[in-house]
Amino acid sequence: MTKRYQSITNKIAPVSALILLVALWAAICGFGAIPAYMLPSPAAVAKAFVSDFPTLMFHSRVTLSEAAAGLGAGILAAFITASFMNRFSVLYNALYPLLVISQTIPTVAIAPILVMWMGFGMAPKIALVVLTTFFPITVGMLDGYRSADADSVSLLRSMGANNFKIFRYIYLPSSMSHFFAGLKISASYSIVGAVIAEWLGGFEGLGVYMTRVRKAYQFDKMFAVIILIIIISLLLMLAVKLIRNAVMPWERKGAVRN
Amino acid sequence: MNTSADSVLSAENIGISFDSVKIIENVSIRLGKNEIVSLLGQSGTGKTTLFNVLSGLYTPDSGRVYLRAEDITGKPGKISYMLQKDLLLPYMTVLDNTALPLIIKGEKKKEAREKAASLFSKFGLDGCEKKYPQQLSGGMRQRAALLRTYLSSQGTALLDEPFSALDALTKSAMHKWYLEIMSEIELSTIFITHDIDEAILLSDRIYIMSGKPGRITDEINVRGNKDDPEGFLLSREFLEYKRLIKQKL
Repeated sequence: MTKRYQSITNKIAPVSALILLVALWAAICGFGAIPAYMLPSPAAVAKAFVSDFPTLMFHSRVTLSEAAAGLGAGILAAFITASFMNRFSVLYNALYPLLVISQTIPTVAIAPILVMWMGFGMAPKIALVVLTTFFPITVGMLDGYRSADADSVSLLRSMGANNFKIFRYIYLPSSMSHFFAGLKISASYSIVGAVIAEWLGGFEGLGVYMTRVRKAYQFDKMFAVIILIIIISLLLMLAVKLIRNAVMPWERKGAVRN
Repeated sequence: MNTSADSVLSAENIGISFDSVKIIENVSIRLGKNEIVSLLGQSGTGKTTLFNVLSGLYTPDSGRVYLRAEDITGKPGKISYMLQKDLLLPYMTVLDNTALPLIIKGEKKKEAREKAASLFSKFGLDGCEKKYPQQLSGGMRQRAALLRTYLSSQGTALLDEPFSALDALTKSAMHKWYLEIMSEIELSTIFITHDIDEAILLSDRIYIMSGKPGRITDEINVRGNKDDPEGFLLSREFLEYKRLIKQKL
């Protein structure tokens, strides 16, 4: 009971802040402080969201597939890279600086190059999502592998476990919480990555639609797309949280105090 | 008494150094069937290093380790080893933790679980199967760790300070429980301890290890009364053993 009560009171502050912000926005527009063609009112945005809904859904399906494909490939690549880097310290020393450097390349700069190389289809979008999601998961998993307890490894070795079993029963589970921390970040990056790639060339997707309405100065529709992207990102992060809870049930069990 | 002929485990003239510092030198020990032997000594005398050699985790610079007739020097997986911490894996249920050694040895998950579950009541772990280690008290965790050790052994176990992390009351309850369980299962054991009382109470024989590099400096046979540990603790003989050991440490 108290826990439930607490979870409600914990939400009061963020929800009020959000309501306050929207009210402030509505007030600024209502008093005409900023002209409607520059900043549409919340009501206008909501109206655009509803009237545009079928178009928005069509484009989000495209963006989501790019993000999902890129995130999936990113996870796979990160898992393989991190596992090998953990197993062979030469690889770790060789690749770690490159990983960090790759993260400093601005996405907006690399996206047009990818479009030039791969054309206007889905390929450059997926590639950009892979590039942006790969890093947080790789670094997360590497930290996770390194957090594995050396004594537990000795214990399994004393049981006669081979390297694969030590990986399966010690390293992999030890990296889980770090993996999900990285995945949470990557999940939100994946949508933004796909949208940015779409800006720079393409035929469909939320990014393409966004450029289109911006060029037509339909800022209410533009804001509707932004809000949709926020909602999709939050839902993805929620999905990651739910998967994490299902995969790591021990995290939700209370500890005994001795 | 045990002669070397019926030893299950024996180590001969073990010596090992790290970074050219000798940690243990010329250590020979043996363990009889179903015997409980303790290794008593101050910190830094190489007791844990000796265990790492016996368990096969380290290969000694000199000397051999035999399990019955088999040379197991540097071969892990033959003797079970309970390290200083209980090392129950936090992401597995207690049942899966205890079944882990069987799964590592290649048994099917279901069979391994059944085999482990059948021993839960004997080890006083009823109802803990589905719990996670963090939900157990220190004493219960130690029982689970001991069950896992028992399941990973083929009759021989090394315990590194099995009770040192427990509070005094839990510790004495665990001693009583340990003697009971040891009379019911077949397990030849060597355990490390700093605690003289614990060594006298639980063991059939005590090796005293001291010096740098560590050597076995004494060996004491204990004729205790394992059916009445509380009476034995307060007896005159117990104090005699204690005096003897204190002189030798």
